[in-house]
Amino acid sequence: MKHTISAMVENKPGVLARMAGLFARRGFNIDSLAVSTTEDPRISRTIITVAGDENTLEQICNQLNKLIDVIQVIDHTQDECVERELCLCKVASGPQTRNDIVQLCHIFRADIVDVGGETLTIQVTGDEKKIDAFVRAMQEFGIKEMVRTGKILLVRGQQAR
Amino acid sequence: MAQDTFSGADGLLKVFEGEGVDVIFGFPGGAVIPIYDKLYHKIQDGSMRHILPRHEQGGIHAADGYARSTGKVGVCMATSGPGAMNLVTGLATAHMDSIPLVAITGQVKTFAIGKDAFQEADTIGVTMPVTKHNYLLKDPCDLPDVAREAFHIAKTGRPGPVLIDVPFDVSAGSCTWVDRDIPAIPGYEPPGKGDPEKVNQAAQAINASDRPVLYIGGGVLASGASDLVKELAERANIYVVHTLMGKGAFPETHELSMGMPGMHGMAYASHALQHAGLIICIGARFDDRVTGDPSKFSPGASVIHVDVDPAEINKVRKADVGIVGSAKLVLEQLLELVEPRQPGEWEAHLKEWRRTHPLAYDTDPSDGIAPQYVVEQLWQATEGQAIISTEVGQNQMWAAQYYRCSFPRQFLSSGGLGTMGYGFPAAIGAQIGNPDRIVADIAGDGSIQMNIQELATAVVHKLPVKIVILNNGALGMVRQWQDLFFDKRYSETILTGNPDFVKLAEAYGAAGFRVTEKDQVRPTLDKAMQITDRPTVMDFLTPEGENVFPMIPAGKTFEDMMETGPVGV
Repeated sequence: MKHTISAMVENKPGVLARMAGLFARRGFNIDSLAVSTTEDPRISRTIITVAGDENTLEQICNQLNKLIDVIQVIDHTQDECVERELCLCKVASGPQTRNDIVQLCHIFRADIVDVGGETLTIQVTGDEKKIDAFVRAMQEFGIKEMVRTGKILLVRGQQAR
Repeated sequence: MAQDTFSGADGLLKVFEGEGVDVIFGFPGGAVIPIYDKLYHKIQDGSMRHILPRHEQGGIHAADGYARSTGKVGVCMATSGPGAMNLVTGLATAHMDSIPLVAITGQVKTFAIGKDAFQEADTIGVTMPVTKHNYLLKDPCDLPDVAREAFHIAKTGRPGPVLIDVPFDVSAGSCTWVDRDIPAIPGYEPPGKGDPEKVNQAAQAINASDRPVLYIGGGVLASGASDLVKELAERANIYVVHTLMGKGAFPETHELSMGMPGMHGMAYASHALQHAGLIICIGARFDDRVTGDPSKFSPGASVIHVDVDPAEINKVRKADVGIVGSAKLVLEQLLELVEPRQPGEWEAHLKEWRRTHPLAYDTDPSDGIAPQYVVEQLWQATEGQAIISTEVGQNQMWAAQYYRCSFPRQFLSSGGLGTMGYGFPAAIGAQIGNPDRIVADIAGDGSIQMNIQELATAVVHKLPVKIVILNNGALGMVRQWQDLFFDKRYSETILTGNPDFVKLAEAYGAAGFRVTEKDQVRPTLDKAMQITDRPTVMDFLTPEGENVFPMIPAGKTFEDMMETGPVGV
């Protein structure tokens, strides 16, 4: 089962290395990891998607918390969240298919950010399901290159977590 | 606010002073010359003691033995590159056993870092997985705060080794000292008392149980909770099993001591755990040496797990009541709620098992002195009051089985990592921390050679450490496995080329004795106890083929226990 956790960490050199090393030596399966600064420049937020059962998730959270630079670990399994990801996708496109692709972009509220002779580069944002659906739709035309940022999220409602 | 201009090295030594450090185990080198330069006068005038080992690994194991036997933070120092790398095994040893150390390593100058400079190594990268935390300093002004924080992290919560990597120009550079408290660490708050609701549940479970067993480990020693364990055990008449790391946490001479369980533990101790109805685990972690195959370990028991590290709870065994907190504080809470209880059928059963399944060994082998006999005689000769360190392997297991401990911080053994070569330097550190006690290292002929060079250290500082070599001419524990499970293919476990240990001891200026006859064992030990100004090496010739029993093979269960060796072998 997939879970998403946020780790609030001190914005210091090497913190990411500490976390990555921990996951490697404890054998935790990380699907994606996104890290950035927050409204407080001393604190970074890391959003991690992991695969595993309840026991594994408990271990991951507890082991992360042991790192001195990790301030707080939040398990979002039960939370209502706004989740977003950004994807850049370079799709094969010729005169026959361009209109169809443009229409799909309209449907997915995606933007064309580059036009090549035989490709279009498209930027799409949304939750994981939407991005997955967009990618499936583009696969029909042929995807030359693709990159995704990994999931970021904030919990719904007014509480800062 | 006191303000002075200090060099980084001054700042470091001032922090040591404030933390009550009175001995540093260190080995100099280029990158730490600024620190050693400032240390020079402190050593001359006696305000700081410095012990120079003959290998950095000897230094860090000595700091570790010092810490385990005194409860203080052990401090060690090494230079950059190879010096720091030589600390790694010692850091991993301390990390696995949760021992508070602060290790200072030199590093190349800040502008040279990352350019493959002379004696440069990525100390932070290499030691990240084997320390509780580590720091690389870039600015002398950070040194005092970081150093104080390092001590705090090392000794609080679940203790552990903390390393500070200090570039040459940071220890030589200067800054203004400011007297202030270190800011709180946002991500670090060691647990204190246990959740009262969970404590209540635990107490109720204890009061209702008819087959309880206390299972205690190193956490009881780290927390200083021995007296409280005793109070709980005595009030409710609960038998106590202790792990290798928990030796001395509950007196093994006490009627309620049910011994050490696990792979080479007493049969009656493993039996008690395997058939308990309620396991009260305090400061232990259900390690594989105790559980064997965890899925078959004590299937019928409910578990109360008290630990200061939340990650240990439910890691190996699901706890019915998991209490995160300091063992000492949680025990205090429990003792307000646990009721007195009389011994019943279960206790009678365990007592009978203890009587009918004792440890046993061949007391008169034809080809040497029984190693178990040597340990028993050591116990007698020291009245069970010595501080014992061990190496690793068969020597370690016989020490654990036959040297019954009765006070905390008496037994120093690399339990988690199992580091050969640990025992002798650890004994040196323990002797320095406990000058009025007898300190003995129980070793094998393989292990003792790993840090034999520390004889020089012991002689120079006139440390009367007793080294008991159980010499079977083999790497005994591995040989045992090959004997029992690999068709006696003794691949690289027979030790040829061993030195004459007596001559070697004397070459260093230590005392040396060889013992080949059983009736010479005790007289030699007694003689050794009288030598007070240098270490004594005793070479006891033991049979090559002697194996440690009982044995539960790795990954097996209590049902697979071999109480004695195969018949007819």
